[in-house]
Amino acid sequence: MGMTLAEKILAAHAGLEEVHPGQFVEVAVDVVLSNDITAPIAIREFERLGVERVFDPQRVVMVADHFAPNKDIKSAAQCLQVRQFARAQGLPHHFDVGRMGIEHVLLPEQGLVLPGDVVVGADSHTCTYGALGAFATGMGSTDIAVAMATGRVWMRVPETMRIIYHGELQPWVGGKDLILYTIGRIGVSGALYQAMEFAGPTVGGLSMADRFTMANMAIEAGAKAGLFAVDEVTRAYVDGRATRSYRVYQADADAACAQVIEIDVSQIEPQVAFPHLPENTRPVSQANGLPIDQVVIGSCTNGRLEDLRVAAQVLRGRRVHPDVRCIIIPGSQQVYLDALREGLVEVFIEAGAAVSTPTCGPCLGGHMGVLAAGERAVSTTNRNFRGRMGHPESEVYLAGPAVAAASAVAGRIAHPCDL
Amino acid sequence: MTIEGVVWKYGDNVDTDVIIPARYLNVSTAEELARHCMEDIDPGFAGAVQPGDVVVAGENFGCGSSREHAPLALKGAGVSCVVARSFARIFYRNAINVGLPILECPAAVEGIESGHRLGIDLEAGRIRNLTTGQVYQAEPYPPFMMAIIEAGGLVPYTRRRLEVENAKREA
Repeated sequence: MGMTLAEKILAAHAGLEEVHPGQFVEVAVDVVLSNDITAPIAIREFERLGVERVFDPQRVVMVADHFAPNKDIKSAAQCLQVRQFARAQGLPHHFDVGRMGIEHVLLPEQGLVLPGDVVVGADSHTCTYGALGAFATGMGSTDIAVAMATGRVWMRVPETMRIIYHGELQPWVGGKDLILYTIGRIGVSGALYQAMEFAGPTVGGLSMADRFTMANMAIEAGAKAGLFAVDEVTRAYVDGRATRSYRVYQADADAACAQVIEIDVSQIEPQVAFPHLPENTRPVSQANGLPIDQVVIGSCTNGRLEDLRVAAQVLRGRRVHPDVRCIIIPGSQQVYLDALREGLVEVFIEAGAAVSTPTCGPCLGGHMGVLAAGERAVSTTNRNFRGRMGHPESEVYLAGPAVAAASAVAGRIAHPCDL
Repeated sequence: MTIEGVVWKYGDNVDTDVIIPARYLNVSTAEELARHCMEDIDPGFAGAVQPGDVVVAGENFGCGSSREHAPLALKGAGVSCVVARSFARIFYRNAINVGLPILECPAAVEGIESGHRLGIDLEAGRIRNLTTGQVYQAEPYPPFMMAIIEAGGLVPYTRRRLEVENAKREA
């Protein structure tokens, strides 16, 4: 029996000919990631391990993105602790304010995560890098401490769920709508402990930005990883960025999947996930009309240049509704600069939107757009759990950048075609 | 090790944002985090939970963020064990790593309600409902994970391994 993409990558990193779902293996990791809220615990546990140096300073990446630029004194202390550790360990890939980005936008952009890698990160959305044909998964700080010390982690080889997309996308439908639709169909624990493999003819036509968005939200279905096979689109993205050589793995034709799901995308409308779970999805036509107070466009899910282009396409020559605050957050300094050069930032500011330095900020109710009781936001982020963006009685509606921008103009949840 | 405590029961998909809201992630000690544990779904929890109490929940407990602050907050609050129908995978790893006992046992979740008193034999995975007299058997841990639990968490487990490896290298 052949192996799936996830199994191929894990077997190679475990130094084994083959692995099987359910097997416990120890794998070598290519990149170990943490951020300003998870690194402090990882550093504490690293010190408890009695190890002096990280296994390889080139492979240990730290990004101050969640509560950075420092939102309060306690956050400043956490960012400082990370900065001091990075300096003491001589980490070349510690990204601080002015040079940073939202980690999962930044690392691929900088060519630090590559096809065939095993990447572990103390952030649940580490699964984003599966878009590059890597096996990438989120873990807690203690696991990351051990990985920083040893360059190895233990894993249970996951079963694979293959999702095959076919058909042509409707206008204004993108990766976010496909993944929201998929989660709506399988549920928030539909892929629990499994690797999701995104495949089928539609996938080949998706941009890297759309693929990152989809892999990013695999965790919202409970998955351990979400992977795409490497193709020409991947190579075009990686070439010119890669900071080292990489290896491409391919699934065997006779690989066994725990589940295969087929989705015809041609009937899928832009999607909206209602509070308080990402599985509460509805087509936008059934969500229209709810008045809103805030729109957030950005995050590790939808903070890439392509997402901002979609938002600008909707906002160009229009005004944000007087009752709405629209906050747009480019995912990295590079995305910000590109958006500036393309004139997108001008479009946003003329429309009456706020444009921020890169940060995770509002996505997790940290800063830069926290909601009051009773307020309602449409957001291109990844979670709409109770209290996620602020007060426990606030509400978050998840959508792609097209619906988010259209909603900002309409003052209610809207399809761009309704404007 | 035997645990005894009163049950706090919740539903499916209890996410890490309600176990410890992100607005409190500017601190990282179990004691500080415990003050806000479960705040957004049960504001009374942190003030009333007693050492030894048990959290019982439905499917996918601990879904969402990778924050280890979630099992730390529960541990800091005095929770001795979480019994659920199933756990989200990152939470499962984190709980084992930081030494918060967790048990997967759908039948127990069915038969246990808030306020019941439980006696739990962790090694045997046996859950006794002292209020109703019912006894439930949880899923056993895989042997590999049992080794981490027996070592007292991932850090002591890895420390010991590194010591053995270093001793071999020097020999």
